[in-house]
Amino acid sequence: MIAALIIVFREVIEAGLIVGIVLAATTGVPGRERAVGLGVLAGVLGACLVAAFAGELAGLFQGSGQEFFNAGILLLAVAMLTWHNVWMASHGREMARELKAAGHQVRTGERTLAALSIVVGVAVLREGSEVVLFLYGIAAQGGTSAAGMVAGGGLGLLAGALVSALMYFGLLTVPAGKLFQVTSWLITLLAAGMAAQAVLLLQNGGLLEVFTGTVWDTSWLVRDDSLTGKLLHTLVGYSEAPNGAQLIAYGATILAILVLMRLVNTPAARAKPA
Amino acid sequence: MKRLVLAFALVAMPIATPAVADDSIEIHLKNHKFTPSVIRVKANKPSMIVLHNDDDSADEFDSAALKIEKVVPGRAQGNIRVRALAPGKYPFMGEFHAATAQGMVIAE
Repeated sequence: MIAALIIVFREVIEAGLIVGIVLAATTGVPGRERAVGLGVLAGVLGACLVAAFAGELAGLFQGSGQEFFNAGILLLAVAMLTWHNVWMASHGREMARELKAAGHQVRTGERTLAALSIVVGVAVLREGSEVVLFLYGIAAQGGTSAAGMVAGGGLGLLAGALVSALMYFGLLTVPAGKLFQVTSWLITLLAAGMAAQAVLLLQNGGLLEVFTGTVWDTSWLVRDDSLTGKLLHTLVGYSEAPNGAQLIAYGATILAILVLMRLVNTPAARAKPA
Repeated sequence: MKRLVLAFALVAMPIATPAVADDSIEIHLKNHKFTPSVIRVKANKPSMIVLHNDDDSADEFDSAALKIEKVVPGRAQGNIRVRALAPGKYPFMGEFHAATAQGMVIAE
């Protein structure tokens, strides 16, 4: 039961923190509950599908299908997060103005909602498929421990949701004027961490074999498998011993997002019709 | 999603390394235990572990030290690429049955 609790808790936190940040980033945008809800629902359904076809998936590409699949959905999420940030940079001012006019339809938010809906979906899909496989294994085995394990899974789900909710409400205490800035940074770091993780998966899949040497090791400070390590991994892409290619991907993602945000935010770009 | 996987197939084909290297190490997972549970590899050389899951349920080969998390479905096998390791001990486990599924890679 404890094992089930820990596994489900870990996976739920990883997806839940991302959902919390997305919710905070879309504060005041109408229809966000629906978009996020759809993302979660699609993610759960997708996770069941992925779990059902785990055997086929794992067998693809010379046994590295799972790695490439996960790297693919991570890179998709990176692209969507980048798009969101860049889009917000060009429409942020306009959004802030419209938010002040209470009751006004903020039409501008709809496009970026679709992108974030995909981000939520793939986060739930990735973490959820492991939970489904794990719980299915328990259920299939039956026996007296099954009920306890499912109870543990339920508790893990609740605890994970609670931590994610705390994160969300914590973000909401940030003054509205600063919130956009804070969530922009969170999403930038989130995207960079995902890019670094995707690189690791591509390396594990044997597709990318450059700069695989470890650059530094901070396992003495925060271990990857500790709760702090897990949280930092999800939030800012912490890794106790990152390799060169991961660091390049991390830095390049931050740089690309910052440059793109700056580009669309210049007066010349803003003067053009949207 | 399928298109995405296909896109990866096209990218992956030309440069992917051979499926199973000659020096790959076969291990089995049965009744949620690894056999052998201690694997010796050459230090500073990449290696490949082929994990045969002989159980009906899926498990996840998980090692923070090796930086690997890989799900292997029941009655299936998974190829696990291990990066070049500095000499030392690297524990791993089957995360879904961590009470019994424990093992160690020793690089020397």
